[in-house]
Amino acid sequence: MTEPILSVRDLVVKFSLRGQILTAIRGASLDLYPAETVAIVGESGSGKSVFTKTWLGMLDANGWVDSGSILLEGKDLARYRTEREWLTIRGKKIAMVFQDPMTALNPLRTVGMQIQEVLELHHGMRGEEAKARTIEILGEVGIDMPEARYDQYPHEFSGGMRQRVVIAIAVACNPKILICDEPTTALDVTIQAQILELIRSLQKKLGVTLVYITHDLGVVANVADRVAVMYAGEIIEYGTVEEIFYDPRHPYTWALLSSLPQLGVKGQPLYSIAGTPPNLFTEINGDAFAPRNPKALKIDYVKRPPFFQVSPAHSAKTWLLDPRAPKVEPPETIKALQAKYEGYAQ
Amino acid sequence: MTNTEREVIIELKNLTVEFKGKGRKPFKAVDDVSFRIYKGETFGLVGETGSGKTTIGRAIVRINPLAGGEILFKGRRISGVIPKELDREVTRKIQMIFQDPMASLNERAKVDYIVSEGLYNIGGFKDEQDRVAKVSRALLEVGLLPEFASRFPHEFSGGQRQRIGIARALIMEPEFIVCDEPISSLDVSIRAQVLNLMSDLQKTKGLTYLFISHDLSVVRFIADRVGVIYKGKLVELAETEELFEHPYHPYTRALLSAIPIPDPRLEKKKKVLVYDPSCHDYSQDKPRWVEITPGHFVLANEAEIRQYQAMAG
Repeated sequence: MTEPILSVRDLVVKFSLRGQILTAIRGASLDLYPAETVAIVGESGSGKSVFTKTWLGMLDANGWVDSGSILLEGKDLARYRTEREWLTIRGKKIAMVFQDPMTALNPLRTVGMQIQEVLELHHGMRGEEAKARTIEILGEVGIDMPEARYDQYPHEFSGGMRQRVVIAIAVACNPKILICDEPTTALDVTIQAQILELIRSLQKKLGVTLVYITHDLGVVANVADRVAVMYAGEIIEYGTVEEIFYDPRHPYTWALLSSLPQLGVKGQPLYSIAGTPPNLFTEINGDAFAPRNPKALKIDYVKRPPFFQVSPAHSAKTWLLDPRAPKVEPPETIKALQAKYEGYAQ
Repeated sequence: MTNTEREVIIELKNLTVEFKGKGRKPFKAVDDVSFRIYKGETFGLVGETGSGKTTIGRAIVRINPLAGGEILFKGRRISGVIPKELDREVTRKIQMIFQDPMASLNERAKVDYIVSEGLYNIGGFKDEQDRVAKVSRALLEVGLLPEFASRFPHEFSGGQRQRIGIARALIMEPEFIVCDEPISSLDVSIRAQVLNLMSDLQKTKGLTYLFISHDLSVVRFIADRVGVIYKGKLVELAETEELFEHPYHPYTRALLSAIPIPDPRLEKKKKVLVYDPSCHDYSQDKPRWVEITPGHFVLANEAEIRQYQAMAG
């Protein structure tokens, strides 16, 4: 296998809130390989946004990387402290597309200037050259009549078009890694489909590594090569998209997939996860999902499970995969997925 | 049971709602929409942002006044000026659950007051003891503890707050509830809990829901019939599975093709259709609301009707 371009190891991120310490990321590790698309799935508060923000030094002022390493081209980003250091990474190496395109753009400046600014700052382009390249980029992200659009302001764009502009800004200086944080959550399904199509085609064209953060498993199925599932500040399972969707192993992944209305049977109750995610202000012992897992083992409450390997690409943090564990059957919906996959294989 | 035998609880007749801008001509948010909702069913209303789906819901609970048409509740007109008695009955029998439980609860009031506010308005209780009993029962029905009545909304999670929103509607003993994107702002793992709660309440209390949503997968799961709305016009209406299996209107087909499927093999090779409103030639041949197969209605002109009938076989 090729070398990873980004390698995050045992990352711990803490925040100080009203005199209390919140552990948002509790030892997460992830490798990114060139030109792949990795989806990070999780509920709000699972830490998926915070996790990726640490790669850009974009944590809020009350948060810090407590331990762990983030290796990019031989440098450990976890040690970066100053803005000057981060400016060598942000935009140039790693760029980010945010959820809400209205707040990501400056309402007082034309769309053209906002893209051109990136080219001027990072590539030292000037004047006509920068303008020509900007118009070219606008065309590349699927905006009609880019010359006319260049001089318009964000409010003259629809939600989907604004998101295309945000994507244009992000790819303007050819980053190695592009992080998309819920880029289509605020959009309608028909527009969402177009933006997903754009992101996929840009990814193919530019060969960029894409990290896609979302809670929508349908979108994950669309974009991802690999999937990492986050819960309560850790990655609890990762694998190829097919391994996660057709052969998940962690009880949380089971629960997440089972609770999808698409997989439910009409007229019958939908599988639902009892309770709420754990409080990250307190220390969590054992498996964080155990209190919500009706089939939790005794050890789940005592000792945190390590990763167990299922296949070369697929691992899950659950004691169920320990050879000594009793055999626990996945829910019916998951068995149906496994059966469906066997159907595809034939 | 055929539709003619079923009891109609809500009927919209040529409903039109306009918003007036400054000096400009009024914007038609809802344009000549007619449909019926039968007792005990869940009627799903889908469409994109700005299509007018929420405005229809708000018109039924009489927040938005009508510019034309009328709304009937059990055969009696409830839009416009109505007798005080009927007004009181409708206030009680038609309730609404809002989208964002973070914004729809009064932050400065205790749950006790939030849940009983409707009762105060209509004098719906005998004495204090009766009111407290009603609040406790409503909280229990939505899976919360009666002790929670003395707390403030900020002490609750999103899922619990939405339960409070449901309790506030239930205490009025409604027959019909307008649910405006009730689970959109909730987390994946909490959505199923709230959906199941709504289904249980529907079964035990015989409620009728108007379920407004842009999330088509949820609508497919929960709704009995679905109406598709595009720019203020209803373009298609059918029983849920019929609509998802045999959509006729090009907008419906585009909308359905865009839903992400949580199955990588299917999702990665699916083809997304794009709706182009100019595909309709309505210059001569005007569209009308027609029934293509029993219970399946589409907005179409004569040429399109022939085409859809051929598709129906």
